[in-house]
Amino acid sequence: MMRFLVIRFLRGLLTLFLVLSFAFLILRSTGDPAMLIMSADAPPEALEAFRKGWGLDAPLWQQYLGYFKNLAQGNFGYSMRDKSPAMDLVLARIPATLSLALPAFVLKLLIGISAGVYAALHRNTWIDRFLISLSIAGYTMPSFVLGLVLVLVFAVGLGWLPSGGDATWQHAILPVITLSLGGAAVLARFTRSAMLEVMGQSYIRTASAKGLVWRRVVLHHAMPNAAIPTLTVIGFMVGSLIAGAVVVESVFSWPGVGRLLVTSVANRDLAVVQSLLLLVATTMVSANLMVDILYGWIDPRVRSGQAAQGKKA
Amino acid sequence: MTELVTQQPHHSAPQVLVSLRGLTVSFGSGASQVQVLHGLDLEVHAGESLGMVGESGCGKSVTWLAALGLLGANAQVQGEFRLAGERFDGLSDKALSLIRGRRIAMIFQDPASALNPVHRIGQQLVEAVSLHKGLQGEAARAQAVRLLDQVHIPNARQRFDAYPHELSGGMNQRVMIAMALAGEPDLLIADEPTTALDATIQAQILDLLSEVRRDQGMAMVLISHDLSVIAQECSRVMVMYAGRAAEIAVTDNLFRTAKHPYTQGLLSCVPDVASPQKRLTAIPGQVPEAGRLPKGCSFEPRCAQSMAQCSGLVPMLSSVALDHQVACFLATP
Amino acid sequence: MTPLLQVQELRKHFQVSVPEGWRQRKANLRAVDGISFDLHAGQTLGLVGESGCGKTTTARLVLGLTEATQGQVLFNGQPVAAKRDATWRAQRQNMQMVYQNPLGALDRRLNVISQVLEPLVIHGLGDALSRVEQAQDLMASMGLPKPLWQRYPHELSGGQRQRVVLARALILKPSLLVCDEPVSALDVSIQAQVINLLQDVQERMGVAYLFISHDLKVVRQVSDQVAVMYLGHIVEQAPPQPLFSEPLHPYSQALVSSVPSLWQRSNPKRHILQGDPPSPLSLQSGCVFQNRCPHAQAICREVPPRLTPLSSERQVACHLVSEQADMPDAPLESLA
Repeated sequence: MMRFLVIRFLRGLLTLFLVLSFAFLILRSTGDPAMLIMSADAPPEALEAFRKGWGLDAPLWQQYLGYFKNLAQGNFGYSMRDKSPAMDLVLARIPATLSLALPAFVLKLLIGISAGVYAALHRNTWIDRFLISLSIAGYTMPSFVLGLVLVLVFAVGLGWLPSGGDATWQHAILPVITLSLGGAAVLARFTRSAMLEVMGQSYIRTASAKGLVWRRVVLHHAMPNAAIPTLTVIGFMVGSLIAGAVVVESVFSWPGVGRLLVTSVANRDLAVVQSLLLLVATTMVSANLMVDILYGWIDPRVRSGQAAQGKKA
Repeated sequence: MTELVTQQPHHSAPQVLVSLRGLTVSFGSGASQVQVLHGLDLEVHAGESLGMVGESGCGKSVTWLAALGLLGANAQVQGEFRLAGERFDGLSDKALSLIRGRRIAMIFQDPASALNPVHRIGQQLVEAVSLHKGLQGEAARAQAVRLLDQVHIPNARQRFDAYPHELSGGMNQRVMIAMALAGEPDLLIADEPTTALDATIQAQILDLLSEVRRDQGMAMVLISHDLSVIAQECSRVMVMYAGRAAEIAVTDNLFRTAKHPYTQGLLSCVPDVASPQKRLTAIPGQVPEAGRLPKGCSFEPRCAQSMAQCSGLVPMLSSVALDHQVACFLATP
Repeated sequence: MTPLLQVQELRKHFQVSVPEGWRQRKANLRAVDGISFDLHAGQTLGLVGESGCGKTTTARLVLGLTEATQGQVLFNGQPVAAKRDATWRAQRQNMQMVYQNPLGALDRRLNVISQVLEPLVIHGLGDALSRVEQAQDLMASMGLPKPLWQRYPHELSGGQRQRVVLARALILKPSLLVCDEPVSALDVSIQAQVINLLQDVQERMGVAYLFISHDLKVVRQVSDQVAVMYLGHIVEQAPPQPLFSEPLHPYSQALVSSVPSLWQRSNPKRHILQGDPPSPLSLQSGCVFQNRCPHAQAICREVPPRLTPLSSERQVACHLVSEQADMPDAPLESLA
C-alpha cells in the first residue's frame, strides 16, 4: 500500500511537471506579452525595456530552467500587469470560485445520484426513458449555451434573476445551476448503469431471499457496490471543481479563478497563467490520488489484492 | 454387491408443508412472451428431502424463485401456493419478505458471487440474525458465531471479520448455509449448492446439508442436474423436462423402476463409478427451447418409444404405483 | 514403441507478487512441479484433479503454448518448444486443443463451414475444392447435418457448438487432441452424445487424447490411464478400473470416495477431506499432501515422494504405499 501511494505520488509530480512545461513552451511561443500588456503602439524602446525587464529576451531554455529554479524556491513569479505576486492573485480569487463550485458539486451529487438510482430501479418505464433523454441533453449541451439560455430566459425574459456579477446571493443562482446540470447529467447516466450492473448480481438475490425488505436491499446492499465505479466519476468532478468554472465564470462575469485564467491567457500574463495551471493540475492530481485511496477503503477486494481461492477450474 | 439406495420416506400420512398448484411462469410481454413453467403441481412434506433434477431449461430453479417472488418485474407468475395450509401466492413483496428466510430459505449456486463482496461475512450473518431473531449487538454477534460453528467453519471468531473473497468456495457456501439457518426455517431450498465446487468440497457440503437438516428437522429441496447427488441425499425425486414434471417417485423406485422414457434415458446416459464401464446410451437430439415446444409431449421428438397420441396431447401426471407418478401415455394408458 | 507424447520432469513456476501488509513479496507459484507421463498413440490419458492442481497449465505446456521452467515435452520424439517458429507451427498441425466453453472458442463472425475450413486454409493444405469436400465429409460424420453448415455459433445449441469445435480440431487429422473440460458445460444428455462421439472418433482416426477434467465419472468412462494431480504433482497413475475400485494414494482415496453413485450408497466411513487445499504459493518441504493426509508421518514432512511404479500399470507417489509395496505380504488396504 505504501509503495503504491509513493508511486502514485511520484507520478503526480511528473504530471505536474509535464503540464507546467507544456504550458510554459506554448505560452512563450505565441503572442508577445509586451505588446499585449503595454498597448500596441508603445514605442519600441519601451517594449524592449519591458521584455528585458521580464527576462523575455533570454533564450528559451534559460527562461525554462530559471522558472523551475524559482519554483523550487517557492517563487511563483509576478504578474506583468500589476507587478504583484502571481500566486497571491490566484489564491485571492479562490473563495469566489468555490462559492459557485461547492454548491454546484453538492447539487450534482444530489440530482445525479438520485436520478440515476431511480432510473435504474424503474428500468424501461417511461420515467426511465425520460430521465435518460434529459441526461443526454444535459451532457451534450455545452455549458455556455446552457448558461446563455438561462440568462435569456430568467434574466432578460422574466427578469427574475440578475445576469452577471457577484453582488448578491441571487447572482449565484444561475451560474450554480449552469455549473451543476452538466455534471448531474453525466453522473445520472453513470449511476444508472452502475446500479443496473449491481442489481443483476447474485448477492442481491441472496439479500432478498434472506427476507430483507426491498428498501434495505437497495440502500444497504446495492448502493455501496454501485458506489465503487461511480466514485471515479465523482473524483474527477472534484478535480475539475476549479477548472470547470472557466466558461461559466466568463458567461456570468463572476470574478473567480476561471475568469482570471481567461484574462491572463489573453494578456499572456505568463506567471499568473502558470500559477493557475499549477493550482488546477495539483487539484486534479490530488483528487485522483484521493480516489485511488478511497477505492481501497471502499472495495475490500482491492485492499487484499488477491482473488478468492478454492473455486473450481 | 451393489446396494440400492434406500431412504425411507415418512410412512405415517405425510404432513404437507408446502404445496404449489398450477404454477405457471412466463417472461417478457406481448409478442416476445415465453412460458417456462406450464402448470406445475408439487408438494413438499415436513422434514423430507425432495430432489428436483433436470437439464437446462427444465425450470427447476425458476419454480422456487417464482414461489418466493424473486423473479423480478419481467416475470408473470400464477398459481396457488400454500405454506402449512395458508396461501402465499399473490402476496405483496413486503408480506413475502416475512416468509423468506424465516419459513422458507434459499441458497444458491456460486457462493462466491452470492455473498455481498463489500460486507464482511459476520456482518451479513448478523443482518440475518437480527432480522429473524430480533437480536442486537453482542447477542446477535454471539448467535452468528454459533451459526458459524454449526456449519463447521474453523476459527469462527477470527473468520467473522473476513470478506467473502478471502474465503474459499467451500467456506463461502458454509456461510450461505449458516445465513439460511439464521431464521430456523421449515424448508431449505438448495439450488445447485455444489455445482461450482470441487469434488472433495462437494462431499463436505452435502454432508453438512444432511447433518443440518437432521438437526433442525427441516425439509429440504435439493435442486441439481446431477442424478447421483440426488440419489444420495433425497428420499423423493421429481424429474423435470421443459417446464413440466415428467416423473415423481420415492428415490428407490425412481431409479429401480423408472417409467418415463426421459428418466430411463438419463439413467443410462450418465457414467457411474459403481457400474462397469460400458458405452453410454445417449438420448438423441436436444432439449427444446422454451418458446418453441413441440405440440403434445415435449419429449416426444427424442423418445424412442413414442406412440401416435404423444405428438397430439400433453400427458398429465398420474399415479402408476404408491408414491409414483408419471406423465407419459406409455406408462399410464 | 516410442510413446506419441512424453512428458519428463516438467515444471512451470510463475513469479507472482503477494501483498503482505504494506509491501509486496515476490513468491514462486509452482503450478506444475515435476510431472512425467507417457501417452501412446490412439490411447486416452485422463488427467484429473481439483482447482489449482495444475492440469490446465499442463495442457498448455504440452501444446507449447507456455514455456516450461524445467523439463521437456517430446512429441513424436521431437521436443515441443514454446517458440512460435516454423517447427512449432508444423507440430501444431498434429496436435490440437478443445476447450470447455465452445461459444468462446468459436469466431462469432464465421459460419460453421468456414470455422471447420479455417485450419486447412491457415496451413495451406489442399485446394479450395478438396478443402470443402473434406470439411463436409467430416461434419457429416460428426453429427452436423447440412442445414447447420451455414449457421453462426449463436444459432447453435451447446452440443452442436462443441461438435463444431471438435470438427475444426480434427480436420487436420492430428494424432493428439488435448481436451480441457470438453463436456463440463454441457447438459448431461448432451455430454453422453459428445463422449460417445469422442470415442468413435478415436476408434476411427486413431487420435490420442489428453483428457483433462474435474469430473471423475467422465474421466473413468473415457480413459485408458488416469493420472491424479494434486498441487502440481501426479500422485497416482493407473488404469481406471483399479484406480476407482482400489485407490492407493490417500488423496485418490478421498477423491474417489467423494463421487456419489446412483446405485451404491456412499460408505459412511468414506474419507472426507477436511479443510481446503493449501495455496500453491506456500509450499513446504516434503509431500504436498501432508497437511490434509490422515496418515502423514515424519518422512512425509521432509522428503517429497517420487512417483514409483508398483506394478506394470500402477504408479503411486507416497512413502507409505511404497513401504507397503516392499512388504508384499502386508495387505494393501490396511491404509484405509
